[in-house]
Amino acid sequence: MKHTLVALVEDKPGVLNRVASLFRRRSFNIESLTVGHTHEPNVSRMTIVVDTELTAPHLVEANLLKLVNVIDVHDVSNAPTVMRDLALIKVQADAGSRAEIAQLADIFRAKIVDVAPDSVMVEVTGDEDKIDGLVELLRPRGIIEMVRTGQVAMVRGAVSANGNGNGNGQ
Amino acid sequence: MAQLTGAQIIWESLVKEGVEVIFGYPGGAILPTYDAMLDYPIHHVLTRHEQGATHAADGYARASGKVGAVIVTSGPGATNTVTGLATAMLDSSPIVCITGQVGSSVLGSDAFQEVDVTGITLPITKHNYLVTRADDIARTIHEAFYIAKSGRPGPVLVDITKDAQNAKTEFVYPTQVEMHKRHEHLLSESQLKRAAEMIDQAERPVILAGHGVLISGAMRQLRDLAEKTQTPVALTLLGIGVFPREHPLCLGMMGMHGEAYANRAVQAADLVIGIGMRFDDRVTGNLKTYSPHSKKIHIEIDRSEIAKNVHVDLPLVGDAAGVMDQLIPLVSAQQRHNWIEQIDEWADDTRARDILKRDASGKLLPPHVIGDLWQATGGDAIVVSDVGQNQMWEAQYYRHSAPRSLITSGGLGTMGFALPAAMGVKFARPEAEVWVVAGDGGFQMTAAELQTIQQESLKINIAILNNGFLGMVRQWQEFFYQRRYAATPITSPDFVKLADAHGIAGIRVTKREDVIPAIQTARDHPGSMLIDFRVESEESVYPMVPAGADLHAMIRRPVEAS
Ligand SMILES: Cc1ncc(C[n+]2csc(CCOP(=O)(O)OP(=O)(O)O)c2C)c(N)n1
Repeated sequence: MKHTLVALVEDKPGVLNRVASLFRRRSFNIESLTVGHTHEPNVSRMTIVVDTELTAPHLVEANLLKLVNVIDVHDVSNAPTVMRDLALIKVQADAGSRAEIAQLADIFRAKIVDVAPDSVMVEVTGDEDKIDGLVELLRPRGIIEMVRTGQVAMVRGAVSANGNGNGNGQ
Repeated sequence: MAQLTGAQIIWESLVKEGVEVIFGYPGGAILPTYDAMLDYPIHHVLTRHEQGATHAADGYARASGKVGAVIVTSGPGATNTVTGLATAMLDSSPIVCITGQVGSSVLGSDAFQEVDVTGITLPITKHNYLVTRADDIARTIHEAFYIAKSGRPGPVLVDITKDAQNAKTEFVYPTQVEMHKRHEHLLSESQLKRAAEMIDQAERPVILAGHGVLISGAMRQLRDLAEKTQTPVALTLLGIGVFPREHPLCLGMMGMHGEAYANRAVQAADLVIGIGMRFDDRVTGNLKTYSPHSKKIHIEIDRSEIAKNVHVDLPLVGDAAGVMDQLIPLVSAQQRHNWIEQIDEWADDTRARDILKRDASGKLLPPHVIGDLWQATGGDAIVVSDVGQNQMWEAQYYRHSAPRSLITSGGLGTMGFALPAAMGVKFARPEAEVWVVAGDGGFQMTAAELQTIQQESLKINIAILNNGFLGMVRQWQEFFYQRRYAATPITSPDFVKLADAHGIAGIRVTKREDVIPAIQTARDHPGSMLIDFRVESEESVYPMVPAGADLHAMIRRPVEAS
């Protein structure tokens, strides 16, 4: 099973290194890790996906909370959550096959964002399964390169990960 | 407002934090700060190696409960602190280590004596900082002390560039720490009730008490809980002293070289209550067969220790004293005659094998030396032990009754810890009788600190259990490697002459009957004294649970052998 943790961290030099070093040192097996800004200045947000077969999510959470630069951690696995991953996929395509790829992309609500004589670039957003699905369909046509951002997650409804535990202590 | 240099601010801040003594070693990148030192009422101890400075600060912290302080230069000075920081980290000991760093304009350029010390020490500090502006020094040092001692304590390193030490700014000491508040996991009534029910219903409960009890100052609560529920208490190595060894419910140390009956009790228990301990592999042996019939309650302040090694049925996350304060009124008073008698029966076997009762037939046996040391000091000394057989014999035969009376490197098992740590202990507790117990190997690792002891006119007694071997490793080779003694025979200098060269008195003891008189001589001697105990060379520590073996599968001392 997969667990998704959302961590709010201080946007300071070295913080990603501290988190990565923790995962390495504790032999935590992390499926994906993404970092980005939030609406608050100086606060970054990490989405961490853990395979529970290999790594106990409660230990990831408890260890993250020991890092001084970590503001808060939530395990959102049991909450109704929107999860998104973005991929750019460059596929071999000539004039003959371009239309077919465009059609496929359409079904996945993906976009063609670049066209070259021998290739097209597809941009797709969605949950992991959806992107995996499109990748599998494109693979036989010859994927030249691909990049995925890794997953980001947000709980539905008017709750905020930033809402809790973000006060200044003692 | 007067402008101060960063260097002055460092000392102002340390004074504000209540630092009275700091252990260190100067060098280029920290020179501005050393220059400013002379104007401040903090005593600086020049150790002979930066590792010694960190161990001394660690010893100071463990003996006093306060934060120990270290100051060293960049590069090699900083890298020499690594072992001491890791030692403090693994044993949750609060120290703050200030390292000088090259100027911020050349950071990252491999400048002379530049090393990425915050990178190096990332996994062996609780937290660390790189400070490049004088403005940030006061706040950072204040935070560092707070972090070092709060929650589960640990070492904090503050790396300060030379230009930050030289720059001038206004000094304002913060009154608050701006840190992110963790949502407190308040214990629910139902959790506590459930714990009380589990304790009430248990027939064969055991408390496993560790260093966390000491850090929390929960000795009274531990005693109340144990006595009210008549639950025997087994101790981790670092838990020694939190529950008096002579208490009828005390089982002594458990684990690899623990008391056999303590380990048997853990294996037979139907309830294990871990308090401020972390189910380390030296305590559990094979996890698959560890205490197989018991439910487990874990009282622990560090949530990341819960269910890390063993399955826990009921975690009670929090400060040990606070949790027990809430728990004790909920448990009912019990008598557990059967269980206690059962354990006592197991202890008979240990008594039968007790080497202290045996005639050594002319040999000088290390357990006898420790037993005599315990008697001669009335059990009232602070013993700082090194690592190896000497450490285990000390833990077994010096029957500690007071908290903070055994100082030793547990988690990292750092040879060479004892002598420098003892200096810190003596600064923390000048009135106390301090004894170092070390092997001939470990002692040689940091023996240069004898001169620091001399320079500081400290009164420390040193007992070397000199067996001519790296004894503990030799023991493993004897048991598990067909006595192939690879690299374990070790020669030593004449320790008496070595002490003498340092201006410290020394005597050699080769016979049992001379042990107590020698100890008395050392105690009466106004200065430090070293005793070179020439002990039996191939004596082993019993019992022993081989690494990773079942806790009940102990190698016992043969009943007949002498
Ligand atoms: C710094 C360090 N290096 C190596 C070891 C591995 N080690 C553990 S016990 C031991 C032997 C210690 O010998 P000695 O100091 O003579 O003490 P004894 O066991 O004989 O009492 C060694 C080498 C260690 N714990 N620490």
